[in-house]
Amino acid sequence: MRTAFVESLSQAASENPDIWLLCGDVGFSVFEPFATKFPERYINVGIAEQNMVGIATGIALSGKTVFIYSIGNFPTLRCIEQVRNDVCHHGADVKIVAVGAGYAYSTQGYTHHAIEDAAIVAMLPGIEVFAPCDPQEVRAATRLIASSRKPSYLRLSRVGEPNLGSGAVTDIRKPRVLRDGRDIVILTSGSIASQALVAAEMLEKRGEDVGVVNISCLKPFDATSVRDVTHRATLVVTLEEHSLCGGLFSKVATTFAGEARRPPIVGIGIEEQESGTSYGGSREALLDAAGLSVDAIIARIERELRKRPR
Amino acid sequence: MSNTNRPDTNLPEPKEFARRIRAHALQMVHAANASHIGGCLSMADILAVLYTRILRVDPNNARAPGRDRFVLSKGHATAILYAALAECGFFPVDELKTYCKDGSILTGHVSHAVPGVEVSTGSLGHGLPIAIGMAIAARAEGRGSRVFCLLSDGECDEGSTWEGILFAPHHGLANLCAIVDFNKIQSFGSVAEVLNLEPFADKWRAFGWHVEEVDGHDGTDLERALSAAPVASGRPVVTIAHTVKGKGVSFMENRLEWHYRAPSAEQLAAALAEVGA
Repeated sequence: MRTAFVESLSQAASENPDIWLLCGDVGFSVFEPFATKFPERYINVGIAEQNMVGIATGIALSGKTVFIYSIGNFPTLRCIEQVRNDVCHHGADVKIVAVGAGYAYSTQGYTHHAIEDAAIVAMLPGIEVFAPCDPQEVRAATRLIASSRKPSYLRLSRVGEPNLGSGAVTDIRKPRVLRDGRDIVILTSGSIASQALVAAEMLEKRGEDVGVVNISCLKPFDATSVRDVTHRATLVVTLEEHSLCGGLFSKVATTFAGEARRPPIVGIGIEEQESGTSYGGSREALLDAAGLSVDAIIARIERELRKRPR
Repeated sequence: MSNTNRPDTNLPEPKEFARRIRAHALQMVHAANASHIGGCLSMADILAVLYTRILRVDPNNARAPGRDRFVLSKGHATAILYAALAECGFFPVDELKTYCKDGSILTGHVSHAVPGVEVSTGSLGHGLPIAIGMAIAARAEGRGSRVFCLLSDGECDEGSTWEGILFAPHHGLANLCAIVDFNKIQSFGSVAEVLNLEPFADKWRAFGWHVEEVDGHDGTDLERALSAAPVASGRPVVTIAHTVKGKGVSFMENRLEWHYRAPSAEQLAAALAEVGA
């Protein structure tokens, strides 16, 4: 994902001389080509995210499009008030890019787990939020935000994620069907979508009809399209590598709230953890502990199916 | 382009400009039963010199790309900024009466909805980084415009301010001018008691700034210091303006309570008499 982002950004910067990139002293072996090609539009701000967001705002208010880049919670939670007051309130053309969504920085521990970021950022006014599931969605999202002239948040996983689904990305703002199926529809967001596809495959072998749809654009949330892709579903599942509070599940549940006829909606995501809880280990181990492994996803869906009248 | 003596204005001398905006601010804070009059009065002379002598801004073309930028980082001292902008002609002086009233754009902390205001501030420690970004963009475009950022002493407690202080000299931002309204009193006591900044000027020097220390109520001194940028060394310039909180109204000077209180009708009359309104 990171590679897809940098390549797309470089392309956009070649076409638009007003695109700048600031990083918070991260991106070793990633940004060197950009820095070499566009030295006058690249600044390593140092380890100072509040300053980075303020500077980005100042440059953006002078007519530029400014990408800022750091790890997980650093360009978001660390400087959330700068994002709110400086970027969002002024509608500054600043693009916040965080690498390490969810448990991507697994072994690095609690500080590097970005599991509330999308909800917190999406709560702020006027900012668009994208959580692409694969490199081709990253390219589409990067292209879009490079020219949207709006504050944006781009939530990336890390490196080596495969492309998912067979179809091309036509409109990154719309839900993208990764797998056809209409009785059970798993709505996902971000690279955890690959788990949904494996789970769907296995459920199909057990006789279920399961679709998988990635929602890269969490804000503005396209509620109409979400209703369309789930309109024949008897069970809607949301799957996110993020807190269950304020993310995809919340947005989907809100979409259906108040409707008399609606499918049951099962939210699979990260439950709030008690203070002091922190495990090391691989992303797989952390997903497993959080109930986000393929086996756990299948078990959760089957438990729901058993509730159905026979 | 000359650094000083804006050629295109019919504005009064700084002293008269300061007298007018002090009077407006006192009336506004009284009428709105608002706060922060002390910090407004301490920076009146700084604003007066900036708007009458230094800033290349045009009320008839407030968004001209080549304009100088002014960022008021101490966004609580908003009454006197609005007064200055109105006196410059960015909007009618009469609108100052709506300060903090229902439906008014003249909010109690600085709002960029107000003509002539570059950025909204109010939470401390935000202004300098934004000003730095503006200075970077101006330099990249070769516009020759300068960026001025006025900070309070209290907001030099904020880590984000020091992130900016560290950054600007490293990047040789010669078109950046920070100003500190060093009135020595913050929200809950004197700066020396709450969180001592001294040796303040030495700290800026150690971080790589060109430092000007002036009497923040002396127009000549202020005009010289605020005209200093760009300096030959290419460093950003900070003007540490030694000021008196509540300056111009004897019973408000150096009194912490006027960070919070609004003058009564009686106090307003006395204050206006003292500032010469």
